[in-house]
Amino acid sequence: MAKTLENAIKGGSFLIEDIPCERVFTPEDFTDEHKMIAKTTEDYVVNEVLPQLEYLENHEFDRSVQLLRKAGELGLLSADIPEEYGGLGLDKISSALIAEKMARAGGFSISHGAHVGIGSLPIVLFGTEEQKRKYLPYLATGEKIAAYALTEPGSGSDALGAKTTAKLNEEGTHYILNGEKQWITNAGFADVFIVYAKVDGEHFSAFIVERDFPGVSTGQEEKKMGIKSSSTRTLILQDVPVPKENLLGEVGRGHVIAFNILNIGRYKLGVGAVGGAKRALEITLQYANQRQQFKQPISKFTLTQEKFATMASRLYATESSVYRTVGLFDERMSLLDGEKAKDGKEIAKSIAEYAIECSLNKFFATETLDYIVDEGVQIHGGYGFMQEYEIERAYRDSRINRIFEGTNEINRLLVPGMYLKKAMKGELPLLQKAQQLQEELIMLAPEEVGDGILEQEKYLVRNAKKIALMAAGLAAQKFGPKLENEQEILVNIADIVANIYAMESAVLRTEKAIKNSGVEKNKQKLLYTQIFCQEAFNEIEAHAKETIVAVEQGDTLRMMLAALRKLTRYTPINIIAKKREAAAALIEAERYIV
Amino acid sequence: MNIFVLMKRTFDTEEKITIVDGKVNEEGAEFIINPYDEYAIEEAIQVRDKHGGEVTVVTVGNEDAEKELRTALAMGCDKAVLINVEDDIEAHDQYTTAKIIAEYLKDKEPDLILAGNVAIDGGSGQVGPRVAELLGIPYVTTITKLDIDGDKVTVVRDVEGDEVVIETSLPLLVTAQQGLNEPRYPSLPGIMKAKKKPLEELELDDLDLEEEDVEAKTKTIEVFLPPKREAGKILEGDIADQVKELVRLLRSEAKVV
Repeated sequence: MAKTLENAIKGGSFLIEDIPCERVFTPEDFTDEHKMIAKTTEDYVVNEVLPQLEYLENHEFDRSVQLLRKAGELGLLSADIPEEYGGLGLDKISSALIAEKMARAGGFSISHGAHVGIGSLPIVLFGTEEQKRKYLPYLATGEKIAAYALTEPGSGSDALGAKTTAKLNEEGTHYILNGEKQWITNAGFADVFIVYAKVDGEHFSAFIVERDFPGVSTGQEEKKMGIKSSSTRTLILQDVPVPKENLLGEVGRGHVIAFNILNIGRYKLGVGAVGGAKRALEITLQYANQRQQFKQPISKFTLTQEKFATMASRLYATESSVYRTVGLFDERMSLLDGEKAKDGKEIAKSIAEYAIECSLNKFFATETLDYIVDEGVQIHGGYGFMQEYEIERAYRDSRINRIFEGTNEINRLLVPGMYLKKAMKGELPLLQKAQQLQEELIMLAPEEVGDGILEQEKYLVRNAKKIALMAAGLAAQKFGPKLENEQEILVNIADIVANIYAMESAVLRTEKAIKNSGVEKNKQKLLYTQIFCQEAFNEIEAHAKETIVAVEQGDTLRMMLAALRKLTRYTPINIIAKKREAAAALIEAERYIV
Repeated sequence: MNIFVLMKRTFDTEEKITIVDGKVNEEGAEFIINPYDEYAIEEAIQVRDKHGGEVTVVTVGNEDAEKELRTALAMGCDKAVLINVEDDIEAHDQYTTAKIIAEYLKDKEPDLILAGNVAIDGGSGQVGPRVAELLGIPYVTTITKLDIDGDKVTVVRDVEGDEVVIETSLPLLVTAQQGLNEPRYPSLPGIMKAKKKPLEELELDDLDLEEEDVEAKTKTIEVFLPPKREAGKILEGDIADQVKELVRLLRSEAKVV
């Protein structure tokens, strides 16, 4: 079948459709170029950034600028910038790998990410030809550093409630900007700011503001809990004349830019979280092998092993989800023809198609990271509380990830909403599937699950999808449009969906790997998948039960709970034994291995 | 200038070595360009950038080595040659490798050949000098500085921490010691360009070599890991007593005197 945009995988469709494992991108599919790019990034971080990190943590930000220039020389700022404008125009997997490997640099990776991502991409995707020619070649080399200014003291999650204003001057040549933007990454040294302001106090719009424009200033460096090696300041705009050719996109269409950039920011955070989590796991494994208590390394204790196996299994599911998603972007973009392939808006659309996946990855991956650094500190014991140990910084650096680029709560709430929209627009046959399921539930007979490789896990994924449709369907029926007020239920649904995506991504990746190189070489992947699927499925059951009980009453409730019991019936595997087995390989390798 | 670099693909320095069935287990291991060969590659690129010409990186191995050759191309080499011996040779040693490379190079009229002074796996340091012998050209090992002026070459050679300055002439083979230069990382543009650079694959047939011509001159009897390091012992008491005790231990326990 010829691949066309029409039969490309639809965003969110994993919930109601099953795809063969060949259709997903997995880390095993990295090309040699991908691996080389990852290696160069890693070498750059280890040899150039880490020796400077302590200075950066103490806010010596002239070093950040030097390091970003060095990154520019290596091409590490160019992945997403098209060749016509001095970039490399690489695929999104390359760009994701750079972000993953950069994560080890802690706060500096936030500087890098803000520059190449939310700072540069608004111009890449929505800039005019002149704007691209004027700014992108310098952003690609790091001669100019970019920042992104959306948040204000009074508007965080409610981004469109911004108070910053723009007013066209009488001559019609400049917009005059006034307002304050808060917590702006790279503000200490950025040359170019993407600033959102309301034209005439009403029409939300984006502008390219240069640091040298009159009336632009920044506040004091913020004193933060973590990511101290990134600069964070308030951007102050006092009667700043911005040439009208620096309007980005159209007046009143700033939200389109903001939301598209958020999608990208979110998946990039997911990738970064995977990188940070791998590093945290690695240093904790090394520590556990070296730290002796009761005359043996603490990695010999089965409780330590349990922690490692749980961390790695969840990380595997997260990594599988994140790269599957990035693969979706690349596939869709590769289907754009000729002119469209160069059109930033079309590229942004290719990503926006998977906005659900972006949100899922954002909260799931950042919580994986937060969980792993937390257990990392725990395994380090008192030493983990001391600043000499890297895990202490990793723990502090991790925390912001659950807050920025849309809090994890906002991202959860977005998921059911986006599904509802897709159902209403007829993009996904959710309602049909839900009805079909209702009929099926009445007749539901328990399924015999074979003991073939991944059979149980596939069964769990299939049933989890039914459970999601059942819980969401019941809630939608009961509350109708008022469902948006039932935030607890929405979040339950989002958690169910996120777990399904992660389970399925792990299963498909493992299946693909086994098909390509056999079970023997993929034992660890199989263990992670078995462990993760069972634990995620148990969580799904709990969320579904809570939801159904909150939605239904009396006989219907009893009936639905009975249906849920049928859907959740399976013979559990011995997870303790599986975890010991998975941990043994991790402890031997002293790093995350698959 | 016609420059060749001899490169070997080796285990990553961070890999743990395990032995399975009397062989070093390569399963799942990460591989890299032998670090000393990286110095050779970097120097070759610098010489070319200064004096013009072309850098060809050559390796003997199997198709897995393509990745390391691509990395060398991404660093800036112009051409790569993989002499794939996977189907032809079972046991090989430094003689085998040197013979194959020399055979490949004999009609290439190389001006300068660079190699690492030693590979971090086998560690024999023989291939470079052997190739030079077979080609009948001068060679200098463990160099830390290379200056070329016309045909005249001035080389600084590291001798156990001291330096020897040697004057010689092209054509020449040198092997690189740490300190020769700081190898660059392949830049992303370099990586993308490397995709399009020529990578030629040859087999013994293409070099008119038979298996017997390159048969290993050595035989591996046994492969084993170094003994596990025991915890150290700290001697106590007067210095005089400590010395006595040390001498006793050296005689009776360590049996080295």
